[in-house]
Amino acid sequence: MNLFKRKPYVETHPHRQPERHFNQKVPDNMFIQCPHCKEGAYYKAFGAFRVCPNCGYGMRLKAQERLDMLTADYTPWDTELQTKDPLNFPGYDQKLAKAQAATGLNDSVWTGEARIAGANVALGIMDPFFIMGSLGTITGEKITRLFERALNKQLPVVIFTASGGARMQEGMPALMQMAKISQAVARHSAAGLFYLTILTDPTTGGVTASFAMQGDIIAAEPHTLVGFAGRRVIEQTIHKKLPEDFQSGENLQKHGFVDSIVPREKLGAFIAQVVRLNQPEEE
Amino acid sequence: MAQKKTAAEVVQAARSADKISTKTLINGLFNDFVELHGDRNGGDDPAIIGGIARLGNRAVTVIATQKGETVEEKIATHYGDPEPEGYRKALRLMRQAAKFNRPIITLINTAGAYPGADAEAHGQGEAIAALLQASYDLPVPFIATIFGEGGSGGALALACADEVWMFENSIYSVLSPEGFASILWKDSTRADEAAGLMKLTPNDLLDMKIIDTIIPEPANQDRLLKNLKKKLLLKLADLSQLSGEELIQKRLARFREF
Repeated sequence: MNLFKRKPYVETHPHRQPERHFNQKVPDNMFIQCPHCKEGAYYKAFGAFRVCPNCGYGMRLKAQERLDMLTADYTPWDTELQTKDPLNFPGYDQKLAKAQAATGLNDSVWTGEARIAGANVALGIMDPFFIMGSLGTITGEKITRLFERALNKQLPVVIFTASGGARMQEGMPALMQMAKISQAVARHSAAGLFYLTILTDPTTGGVTASFAMQGDIIAAEPHTLVGFAGRRVIEQTIHKKLPEDFQSGENLQKHGFVDSIVPREKLGAFIAQVVRLNQPEEE
Repeated sequence: MAQKKTAAEVVQAARSADKISTKTLINGLFNDFVELHGDRNGGDDPAIIGGIARLGNRAVTVIATQKGETVEEKIATHYGDPEPEGYRKALRLMRQAAKFNRPIITLINTAGAYPGADAEAHGQGEAIAALLQASYDLPVPFIATIFGEGGSGGALALACADEVWMFENSIYSVLSPEGFASILWKDSTRADEAAGLMKLTPNDLLDMKIIDTIIPEPANQDRLLKNLKKKLLLKLADLSQLSGEELIQKRLARFREF
């Protein structure tokens, strides 16, 4: 045995930049794991509608992204309204500023008039990236005005819901939005006008317990989480694990609360179709 | 009114075991109470008591949540957390009240709608949503009183009224202080601190015009009942001056402010 023979150590230079450029050629986000089925796929396989090629789950979208998928013909409403921060909640203004910068919205819903596949509608799109799409006072005000304007203009209303529920940083004034919106929905409905809700991932809490469940027709994207109480709260209450798909649009459909599961890429045509079927016959 | 309590003390008092029970309230305020059961859709939830009764000389519809007094009742009512069948019973009785032009009196003490698996599958969200919408077409006087806990959508479902009152020792909030603390700080033991931030006391909510009146809560229950009954009678007489259409318009205007 030769004690003095050099062992074949490999020298490493942790501070030196690698000479080969694999990193630049394989950027992050090339492969995306589907949050629903957990399968990974090349990002391009998700396509323009950002739908999992394996299970059909639609990735969560910002309101503007969803709007761009539906139409280029729209007029936004009430983009200037700002919350009065009713609880003077510590740190809330920073949280809001961050959400506004991330989504380009004044609050958690985009509202306006839009033409989708030839059908004119008053459109609301909630943004799950704006403080979890939570229902704040301005969210509520924008949706209420959406129904009021739709009533004046005799337009149908289409709302894409996505929400963690009432916004706790705005306390009781946030909860009151559920009542305010519900009454606006009722007035719009009493005038014989059509309201379509499209449940998107996730629709929960106070939004499920108000306007999400008040549509004349209720549709859902595939594998959308829809529920009232949170999954963990239910499991802690009943001391049992819930089945994986318990709070899905598909399961709610089995129980009679959802009319139709519509794949994202067909939503535009679906909206136009049901809007036309719900319009008074033209002579 | 007694010396001002902290928000955390109000939360405690709202949940106190000495809190007046639903049955004591109903028996003390009304005569001739006839309990009516069932949602006519396959269920009856004991967490909501409904029925018809006389307030003074006027027939009214009474809808109340109850936490139960015996252990059996507490289990059956999930300690006062209604299921969709309860909310559908409430809606049925409200529609019946409208048909017979009876005022609606609701009495609320619930931590919230029950978060159970069956409740979820039977459409807890839809059942509450239907009640919120119904306030638009109930052309009768409607007074809601929160006498203990007013937990989120599960309480709001019964409180889209012309007048919303709260007992001195009661709370009305978007979620429990414990839930609030555990979401915000991942620490449910900071509930007292959360209660202070949440503006859930009757005084805070009166300032924000979420409620209209605070009902004093003397230790003597007879005095409490007598005073509440008098207030209800006066307000009903007042609201009865308005037509059904005027009541609805005023109710819409009340909630449109928020």
